Amino acid sequence: MKITASEVEHVARLARLNLDAQEIARFQRELNSILDYMDLLNEVDTVGVEPTVHTQSISNALRQDELQPSQDLRDALANAPRQKDGSIVVPKVLE
Amino acid sequence: MLETARRYRSDGISPVRVVQDLIAKIKTEPYNAYISYDEEGALRTAREAEKALEQNGEELLIGLPIAVKDNICTKGIPTTCASHILANFVPRYNAHVVERLRALGAVIIGKTNLDEFAMGSTTISSFKGPTKNPWDMTKTPGGSSGGSAAAVAAGLCAGALGSDTGGSVRMPASFCGITGLKPTYGSVSRFGLVAFASSLDQIGPMARTAHDAAILYDAIKGHDPKDSTSVARGYRHTPLDGIDLKGVRIGVPQVFFGAGLAHDVERAVRYGQKVFEELGARIVAVDLPHIPYGVAVYYIICTAEASSNLARYDGVRYGMRASGAKDLLDLYLETRAAGFNTEVKRRIMLGTYVLSAGYYDQYYRKASQVRTLIVKDFARVFEDCDIILGPTTPCTAFGLTDMIDDPLSIYLLDIYTIPANLAGIPALSIPCGFGDTGLPIGMQLMAPAFRDDLLLSAGIAFQDVTNFHRVKP
Repeated sequence: MKITASEVEHVARLARLNLDAQEIARFQRELNSILDYMDLLNEVDTVGVEPTVHTQSISNALRQDELQPSQDLRDALANAPRQKDGSIVVPKVLE
Repeated sequence: MLETARRYRSDGISPVRVVQDLIAKIKTEPYNAYISYDEEGALRTAREAEKALEQNGEELLIGLPIAVKDNICTKGIPTTCASHILANFVPRYNAHVVERLRALGAVIIGKTNLDEFAMGSTTISSFKGPTKNPWDMTKTPGGSSGGSAAAVAAGLCAGALGSDTGGSVRMPASFCGITGLKPTYGSVSRFGLVAFASSLDQIGPMARTAHDAAILYDAIKGHDPKDSTSVARGYRHTPLDGIDLKGVRIGVPQVFFGAGLAHDVERAVRYGQKVFEELGARIVAVDLPHIPYGVAVYYIICTAEASSNLARYDGVRYGMRASGAKDLLDLYLETRAAGFNTEVKRRIMLGTYVLSAGYYDQYYRKASQVRTLIVKDFARVFEDCDIILGPTTPCTAFGLTDMIDDPLSIYLLDIYTIPANLAGIPALSIPCGFGDTGLPIGMQLMAPAFRDDLLLSAGIAFQDVTNFHRVKP
């Protein structure tokens, strides 16, 4: 077993997902089977091989540091589930 | 597409009429290909197209009804990603590709079904229910762009856009008997495409013919400063008359014809290979030794990127918010638990795990290194050949309820399509035959980066001498 039930719970917490007991059991089973398959990669000698994170050789894409119009406030808030006076409302963070 | 464009010009058919007929069909279509349609907007743009045609507008796309996968933003039209978490999301801007199509006069007819967040190969996990394959309603259309593929196959649009992270354009194209291109990474702007795995995602055209796909690709390709991975360079226009294949070297890697490939698929792809030989292409044996590791590499990298990209769905700025949360953390936990389905959660979990402390080197770094070896395999092989040929999928379309509880088996279906995403190269799926039960089979062609034009024009030449793409469900 690569991943225990308590590790599944820990990862779920990191991923900000509330899982019920059934989901934890299911994901433990499935993730173990998928991770076992990933062991295939251990066959490959990767000593000294640079990782690829991007396939085209682009460096930073920069533009001139000039003022440009951006999305207006009404548009930016149009999809917010709760808003008030031009701000997004969330549960209290500070007591 | 070409046929409709001709009818507009020579027969005096109005795009308004065509769009009206199509909307009526979409309202009662049995495939669940569409998540939504935009009757008002489509008719308005069709009327504009009618005027443009009266003034002898030359752009071929004028008035052509194009369907767009529902993970591509459309201003004022819901863009749901087939997920409860974005069920009410209405973008305030258009994706770059939508702007391009609109600027050329195309009519955006509606938004097509997909696996939730484009994560899947069946279009079953959509919050709107599965899309059905027009060739056999009990079969999957493939995925994740299954709605776009079914809409094209069933004649519910002239052409469509999909997105392809590990095969999501090509696989459904193959299962539905149409043509689909996964363009070179960086050649089509991802601005407005809801991110799944940013180093792999590309938007691609889906159409009946390679000719139509080329017209769509030429319309959407090119540099966009709003996508920092968009490549600024000269892009070749596709030769729409096809190309002379004499002397073109086609590499056929044995690894694409090994165990796991259904015999009817192999037979059809070998037939396609023979057609290319008869057209003058030279077949060369090539070796891609790291292909067998592609699926493992892909499902580490794509889930890692997905876990990061999907962190934004927290119920705060847009999308669904769970009610009754007692504090901010609870709001995140409950919103995400209620908003995502099982496959999306599974991938977020796997991605979070492979990036977490203690496992990063073992999984994510290792996968990124093997990715380098796959990139190098292709670079070496493209010294000996111009195009690589193989199957798109290991089998034809399977039953809608098959394999639902076996995620790894579903992942393995992507074995032939994943390498092109990992290497950032273009890949095209074109129909090359039918299987034992009469379902369509696709053949995959790959080329070096930025030679999408070569693939499409080779596809046009192939379709000039074959009829598989003309057969309708």
